[in-house]
Parts: sequence; C-alpha cells; structure tokens
Amino acid sequence: MATVDADGRATRMDARGLVELNDTVPHVSEIVDGRATFDAHDLTTRQVNLELRSLIYDQGIRDITVLNPRARHSLGVGILARCRIRFEGSIGYFACGLIDGPEVHITGRVGWSACENMMSGVVVIDGNAGSLTGAAIRGGDLVVKGRVGARTGIDQKGGTIIVCGDAGANTGFMMQRGRQIILGNAGPGLGDSMYDGTIYVGGTVKSLGIDCVPGEWTDADTELIERKFRIYGLGTPPELQKFVCGKKLYNYDTLEPSERRIVL
Amino acid sequence: MCGIAGLIYKNGATAIGEDMTRMLQSLKHRGPDSTGYALYRPPAEDWVMHVKLADVNAERDFEFDQRIARNRGEVRRRLERAGAEVLEVQDTTPHAMTVRFSYDGDDLKLLADRIEDIHGAEVLSLGHQLEIVKDIGDAQTVASEYGLQGFTGTHGIGHVRMATESDVDISGAHPYWAYPFSDVAVVHNGQLTNYHQWRRRLERSGHRFQSECDSEIIAVYLAERMDAGDSLEDAMHRSLEDLDGVFTYLAVTSDALGMAKDELAAKPLVLYEGEDVVALASEEIAIRAVVDREIETYDPYESEVMVWQR
Repeated sequence: MATVDADGRATRMDARGLVELNDTVPHVSEIVDGRATFDAHDLTTRQVNLELRSLIYDQGIRDITVLNPRARHSLGVGILARCRIRFEGSIGYFACGLIDGPEVHITGRVGWSACENMMSGVVVIDGNAGSLTGAAIRGGDLVVKGRVGARTGIDQKGGTIIVCGDAGANTGFMMQRGRQIILGNAGPGLGDSMYDGTIYVGGTVKSLGIDCVPGEWTDADTELIERKFRIYGLGTPPELQKFVCGKKLYNYDTLEPSERRIVL
Repeated sequence: MCGIAGLIYKNGATAIGEDMTRMLQSLKHRGPDSTGYALYRPPAEDWVMHVKLADVNAERDFEFDQRIARNRGEVRRRLERAGAEVLEVQDTTPHAMTVRFSYDGDDLKLLADRIEDIHGAEVLSLGHQLEIVKDIGDAQTVASEYGLQGFTGTHGIGHVRMATESDVDISGAHPYWAYPFSDVAVVHNGQLTNYHQWRRRLERSGHRFQSECDSEIIAVYLAERMDAGDSLEDAMHRSLEDLDGVFTYLAVTSDALGMAKDELAAKPLVLYEGEDVVALASEEIAIRAVVDREIETYDPYESEVMVWQR
C-alpha cells in the first residue's frame, strides 16, 4: 500500500503497520570532546540504528551513549567497527546482534537472542538476559551479570559467554566451539548434543544433556578463568566444574538403543 | 508466534482496559490476526455474559441481518425462560452482544447450552466478574469497537494471535473461557501436541468445544481440575505433566493470576513484580507500555508455575 507524505512523495507502508517507514538520520546527538550522547526516547528503532551508524561511519565518533532505549528490539545491530557504545537502560530482543568489533555496555536487561552471531567485540550486560543469549556467536566476549534464560549459546562457534547468575534449560545446546562460564546453577540438559567447546559451571547442574561429560581440568583452564575474571573485575573465581563433549555422537549407527545392548 | 500479556493490580480497580490495550498494541508484531481480552470487573452480584452471534467468516446470506436481530431477542427470551432476570443488554458490535442479568440458579451449563443452541451463537464468557472480548484486528481496533477504554477492573489477561493451528476467526481467538465454570479464562502461546487426546477425554466427561484451537482445552482442563478440588496452582502444576507440546500460558480466576511454562521453556515470558502490580508479557516492551521506567524483570525458567493472589 502506498501513501503520500506531506511533501507529496510516495512512501512505502505495510498495511498491518509492521514495517517502519524509510527514515532519515535524525541527527540528535550532542557531541562533546569526540563523545556523542543521544536520547532514544522518541526515536523509532530504525532511527536509533541510523543515528548510531551515522555517528560511527560518517562522523568517526568512537564513544557513544544512548539514553532511554526503552526495551526496544534490534538496537545496536550490525555495527562493524571498533567503538564504544553504552546503552543506559534495557533493550529487547536481538540486542547488538551481528556485531563485529564494538565494546558495548548495557546497564539494563536484554530480551531473547542478545548478541546473536557476534563476530568479535565485548558486550557487558548488567541485568538479566532472556533465552538464546549469544546464539551462534563466533567470537568476542559476552558477559551477563544477572541470570539468563534457556539455550544460552545455542550453536556457539567461538568466543566466551560468562553468566554470573543461573542459566536455564539446554545451556550450550549444539555448541561447536568456544567457552561458557556459568557461575550459578545450570538447568536440565546442559550441553545437549554439543560437538565441541567447554562449559564451566560454578553451581549445581540439574542434568547433563546427551553426550555431555565432565572434562579433565588443566592449567590452561585455570589461566583462562583467571584472565577473564581479571578483565571483567569479577573477583576471585569460585571452584568450577568442567564439561566437554563425549564425542559419542560423532559416529552414526543405525541401531536402536535396545539392539545396541545386544550387539555391542 | 502469538503474544500474551497479564496484569494484576494488588490495590483495587484501575483502568485495566486501557492498560491492557497499550500492552497488546505493543505486541502487535507478534500477532496481527486477532486480539482478545479477559478482564475482571470488581465483584458484583449480577452475572455478565458475552455472546458472539456469528463469526467473521459466517456465510452472509440475504437473511443474515434479520437472523442476527432475531437471535438477539432469542438470547434474551431464553435467559428469561431459564429463570434469569435480564438487567441490561448491550449490542456491542453487529455480531456480538453483552447481557447483564441476575440469576439464582446454579446450573451455568444449562444456561450456556440453551444460548449456544441458537444457530451460530457462542458464549464467550460467563461470570460475576469475567468479561471476555475478542475479535479480529489489533488491540486498538478491538478496544474501540467494544468500548474497553473505560473498563475498570482489578486484573486481566490478553492475547494477540498469529493463527497457526486453526482459522483466523473469533472462535479461534483467545482468551478461552472454561465452559461451563464461571470466571476462569486462559491465554496460550504455543502448540499442544496431545490436543485430540485431551479433547476426546474432556468431551467424554461432558464438555463442549467451540473451536478447533488447541488452546481451548487448557481452560477446560484447569476448570475441571479446580472443580475436583485442586487449587489453581495445583491444577497448573499437574498440567505440566498432562499437556504435551510447547506452551507458555496464563490462567486467571476471579482472585488469582497464574503462569506456567513447559519443560523446554520454548516460549517467552517476561515477569515484572512491582509493589502494587505484577505484569507479565511475551516481551518486555509490553510491560514498559504500562510501567514506563527502568525496571527489574526476568524470564521464569522451564517447568515453572507461579500464581499471584489478589
């Protein structure tokens, strides 16, 4: 459906109101000493992202603070440059997804699929996070100070996810590489169907998923944990259990579990 | 996908109709097909019944308008014949009506069955407090059609639907009233895989189902458990075992609101517990539509059941 705006130009609009109009960069930031700050209260999601992009790519600003994100979805996605972004408040789903390089600090909570497909960079979340946190990330560090929902780091292909609180069901589901450090308790099905990678858990594990087994602790583990705790100021590391892939699912056979007992 | 929302105020009635509309409107992207409300007015002696006289996809023949007009009168006549005294009749939309009446009997099933015997009619809700309003369109459209802006009440739930399991029509829209038990309603996000099994079981024990929608069995299931002596919380705990599939659902009675999540935590729910209000929604953005400040929220975990009493 096409409508005409005040200047007589045709604009694109979805009949169900699901697509935002093609916005232009709002240019509402205050820039002091190379640091930009803007209030997202009255901006649309698209306007916030356009403003971020304009500051980073067009104006070369490397330090940005966003006020009042108001739990909206898909903020700070697809930023592919080294820079520092601070969100003062909560973000909804897909926060900082598909990023490559930024150091992001979110002072509130995030919804589902935070930092999905992150390539590199650092994201620190002060509050809780929803399910699918760090889905399919390939690199970088993701630190959640609160608790996370289910399936944290599903399909993780690299990088480090640190959770200071508890984690829900199927944490590390199908992870392929990388590390997860869960300081609280983990829900049922930890590391279910994982291919590779390491999960460290500080609290209790409700149950292990299929083909997830306790791993052998090495000096490299101690070094990694201490380094990450030092970088993010998390204090002294607690005693952690290590879980890795049992590699039983690497080879496929066509036997039913009952048949396997007889044959093998 | 669907979006669900729940709101319970601990200190008396507020403009719950307007608050719920704001919550559901901000969840529109999760389900643009239909919107439904189950709102609770302050306790009253009289009964209130919402009746749908025809669905949106019903055949519009030459006699359609006359038949609807005739059926409106028939609803009133049948209530009076069953011993109810009709106090107020509101023709909310061309295909729905609301009746307020006093009734001393205790056979709600008989009352509902007599109304639903009228061709095309469905009792959407029946109770001292519960009022269910549902129709196709987004929250603002439904709220203005049914005049919900002025609705004051203590608690309520709502639903925006993206139809996956059955048709886009009113009988497929949530919330579902737990026929024939008064003041129980449910909204659901997910799919139940043992729907037909439960539907057959519940039909054998005498319940009727008006839709092809899997969510309808949750309401009837809970109401039947509560009728057998379970508390809402016990019934919801038991449902985690009995229902199969992925689900997050909210259930309400005249004095409580509860949430339950399946063992995979497959469907989202965000919870905010304030001093005077508890708000739940599929996404935080809906909670922020009524509590517009930075708040502490979290996702309940798998197999969790929580109930808040008024």
